[in-house]
Amino acid sequence: MSGSERVEVRKTYKLYVGGAFPRSESGRSYVVSDSRGRFLANAAQASRKDGRDAVVAARKAQPGWAGRTPYNRGQVLYRAAEVMEDRREQFVEQLRAAEGVGQRKADTFVDAVIDRWVWYAGWADKVAQVLGGANPVAGPYFNLSVPEPTGVVAVVAPAGPLLGLVSVVAPAIATGNTVVVIASQPHPLPAVTLGEVLATSDLPGGVVNILTGSAAEIAPWLASHRDVDALDLTGVDVDGDAGELARDLEAAAAETLTRVRRPEPGADWLATPGLDRLSWTLETKTVWHPIGI
Amino acid sequence: MTTLLSEATGSESALRRFLSGLPGVDQVGAEGRAATLATRSIKTTAKAYALDLAISMVDLTTLEGADTPGKVRALAAKALRPDPTDPSCPAAAAVCVYPDLAATARAVVGDRLHVASVAAAFPSGRSSLEVKLREVADATAAGADEIDMVIDRGAFLTGRVQQVFDEIVAVKQACGPAHLKVILETGELATYDNVRRASWLAMLAGADFIKTSTGKVQPAATLPVTMVMLEAVRDFRAATGRQVGVKPAGGFRSAKDAVRHLVVINEVAGPDWLDPDWFRIGASSLLNDLLLQRQKMATGAYSGPDYVSLD
Amino acid sequence: MTGKTFEYAPAPESRAVVDLASSYGLFIGGEFTAGAGSATFKTINPATEEVLAEVTEAGEADVDRAVAAARRAYERVWGPMPGRERAKYLFRIARIVQERSRELAVAESLDNGKPIRESRDGDLPLVAAWFFYYAGWADKLEHAGLGTEPRALGVAGQVIPWNFPLMMLAWKIAPALATGNTVVLKPAETTPLTALLFAEICQQADLPAGVVNIVTGAGPTGQALVTHAGVDKVAFTGSTAVGRGIARSLAGTDKRLTLELGGKAANVVFDDAPLDQAVEGIVNGIFFNQGHVCCAGSRLLVQESVADEVLERLKARMTTLRVGDPLDKNTDVGAINSAAQLARIRTLSDTGDAEGAERWSAPCTLPDHGFWFAPTIFTGVTQAHRIAREEIFGPVLSVLTFRTPAEAVAKANNTPYGLSAGVWTEKGSRILWMAEQLRAGVVWANTFNKFDPASPFGGYKESGYGREGGRHGLAGYLR
Repeated sequence: MSGSERVEVRKTYKLYVGGAFPRSESGRSYVVSDSRGRFLANAAQASRKDGRDAVVAARKAQPGWAGRTPYNRGQVLYRAAEVMEDRREQFVEQLRAAEGVGQRKADTFVDAVIDRWVWYAGWADKVAQVLGGANPVAGPYFNLSVPEPTGVVAVVAPAGPLLGLVSVVAPAIATGNTVVVIASQPHPLPAVTLGEVLATSDLPGGVVNILTGSAAEIAPWLASHRDVDALDLTGVDVDGDAGELARDLEAAAAETLTRVRRPEPGADWLATPGLDRLSWTLETKTVWHPIGI
Repeated sequence: MTTLLSEATGSESALRRFLSGLPGVDQVGAEGRAATLATRSIKTTAKAYALDLAISMVDLTTLEGADTPGKVRALAAKALRPDPTDPSCPAAAAVCVYPDLAATARAVVGDRLHVASVAAAFPSGRSSLEVKLREVADATAAGADEIDMVIDRGAFLTGRVQQVFDEIVAVKQACGPAHLKVILETGELATYDNVRRASWLAMLAGADFIKTSTGKVQPAATLPVTMVMLEAVRDFRAATGRQVGVKPAGGFRSAKDAVRHLVVINEVAGPDWLDPDWFRIGASSLLNDLLLQRQKMATGAYSGPDYVSLD
Repeated sequence: MTGKTFEYAPAPESRAVVDLASSYGLFIGGEFTAGAGSATFKTINPATEEVLAEVTEAGEADVDRAVAAARRAYERVWGPMPGRERAKYLFRIARIVQERSRELAVAESLDNGKPIRESRDGDLPLVAAWFFYYAGWADKLEHAGLGTEPRALGVAGQVIPWNFPLMMLAWKIAPALATGNTVVLKPAETTPLTALLFAEICQQADLPAGVVNIVTGAGPTGQALVTHAGVDKVAFTGSTAVGRGIARSLAGTDKRLTLELGGKAANVVFDDAPLDQAVEGIVNGIFFNQGHVCCAGSRLLVQESVADEVLERLKARMTTLRVGDPLDKNTDVGAINSAAQLARIRTLSDTGDAEGAERWSAPCTLPDHGFWFAPTIFTGVTQAHRIAREEIFGPVLSVLTFRTPAEAVAKANNTPYGLSAGVWTEKGSRILWMAEQLRAGVVWANTFNKFDPASPFGGYKESGYGREGGRHGLAGYLR
């Protein structure tokens, strides 16, 4: 080593909307600290208008994404796992910094996140075979039920910065929905890095839109948004006064009968998921057709 | 079959019955067949042949509100000598312009190329028959020997097929010796079944050519659409003995597109249509890509846009 | 510029992408090893009769060794491994197949004689898709509707045919591995090469040793494998005669068996069919892969009112088929896979002439070397003709007619086979009625010869039992 030490180039953490990385239209940001309260970065603080833009992006991307073959969607999700594995160390580091967990625990979480993409990649072309099927109606009719994505899903991600986030986003997009997700407010940086993974995983822009900032500020606008089809409140805080937020969001969603998934405090994200996170964002369509000559 | 055909044009209900009785087109199957044909690999001598043939089939087109005599003269010169550096390069088939510029085009090309004029309220077709016929007369008087008319899609889509038929008959009559190309505007017909029916309707009414598109509506010519039209002219000739030409237009950008269309002609309608008298390609920027590919064949090096002329 | 012939210049795919060894051993326990004996056989390019490589003929001792390796791998590694980890190996294999697909396609066309267009656009994408699809099942078996605690069977002995060598390998190995079984696979003696290249892929994927074992050889090798006491499950694709023999030799054992055998499919064209697409479907149904397809639409049943028109269009279409060099990207119909198969096609076709059917072949020049048979149709065929009853397994179509849907069904079902059927009509309710009536494991409506890893495939009656593909394809490998 000679001369002065090299000064590192730091990354600007932005939103991920419509396949691009804009700053918040509001021009705001907030300080993100590590587990010991030291400054890590400034994250963009999304506004309701960012939420609106994200819904527009998600809606625009939805028909094309649902129109892909399930096989292709599965391959794209698997590609996300591949790209994430490649950036494994970065995620481990970010988890350690954000949550103050040890190397081992961080490894476990990142492994689980990558495997979760693989798990849902496999579901893309199987969910119809498990949740759909022929119905033996009493008459000369062919009758078949097939699941279809409900559309645009707005999500409040759980506080766990990465595994919870992927666990709520991956199942929704595996079946052809598009997502607007509000990342964990205290730990938004891994979410932004995840956006970078998705942007380089053949995932079309707008399929996943990641907002950082305050759920309490943005979620009400998404809950009442008439062009949102489903609302996932998994990460909404239910302790004490915060419980009202969940109720208000659900009530707002009721106006347009938006499908709602309630908060899930204390969920075990390391456990193998079941089918419920796939099925709740699906509509079942049943087709009748006469049989005759 | 020929007696059946004369009965088909006896009344509107007979005409409608005849058209809806044509075999259906299965979309997935048709597009699959076109996609398979698009995988044909045309190399070396076959490619050289195809590029020259494609150049000779181009109706070099300008149909803009901003067209001027100067623009048309430049285009006509290009149609005559697509590659000024290579005398072995064939000329295009025709220059295709609006009626008021037909005379300008004719003055440049003389009798060496055809002059095609759009007419009959191009591109919408929304005008009275009287106005349409007057426009056709204008165009032929100005020297156009080919008329590209567009059908009334509104009438077709609402089932007024007799009106469409009668209009084509009238325009054909107004054309006199000029050849009539009937534009179906397939992008607005929505289904391949409609493309097949409109093709037959136009041929029954006397079209010399059936043409896909005005170029003002997307999608314009696609490979499956051209294929369905080629099936129609093939079947029409088998039924009546009369051969009708096909002209895809709009949407052509690359030489590869053009060569794929030649493959489809070759394998679907047959080599009888591999001739500028029976197949045209309505395009403008396509010509330069054909020339770039042609130069690549000649020199072995990839060419660039500065080595072809801009009009 | 009025020349009217558009001759396609040769557009050969490069052979240089394939690096074949001059000889191959057996793939046992993760390594290529010599056979116990010295027996070898040559695999040739059926389009030229040129020798491609020398391959080891596995004897009983080799099969024994392979089964033992599979057993070890099953008990120590693959069986205990969690599904999500098995899945990742299968995903790896799928990706490597995608990466090496051009090389594998060329090797397949060299060894099998099929057109490169089909191996490139058909076989190889399906091979990768099959591994990708079943990879996803490995950790989801309890969701497959086959019981709450599905368990692997153990060691699978798999014998596959020569018509889709690598694709049949994928159909066999992918579900077996996904469900936690290990395999010993014997490719057909005329087409062993892509299976041996697949062994390399297993190495590149770091698949644990012994999970996949490839033993090459002919009938006796296959017989040794399926009757080996250490094999828990037998999966066979091939002729009905051999399948019947396997079923007989497994009688009284605990071995599980699935069979995918011959067919004599009816392709039924009604007068309201989309005719141009129906003609394509007829052509694809019988001339795809030189007619070496167990589910080929080898009996055309056409409604009498459109029979003449369909035949006229069919003949015109057949004249545009390009027969010749399998590696030419413009070839539609390649070489017959072997001299023996060519002899069989000729013999059966000759009975068509002898029994009074009318033969018509597409005009085409056949190469001097190699094994070739021009695309051929027989008209005036009835259910009493041998060519309407026996599987020809070549580019030969028997044309029959019918008057009513009921007659079409009666004729279509009048065969000991029941693998597939085709229906062409624009009327939806009739499609479904026909599908209901037809005794066949796959019914294609307004399409033909479509395959997908998500879709079960397999036959009724003497076309075998068990299904490959889809959720149902797991059942044959689980208890």
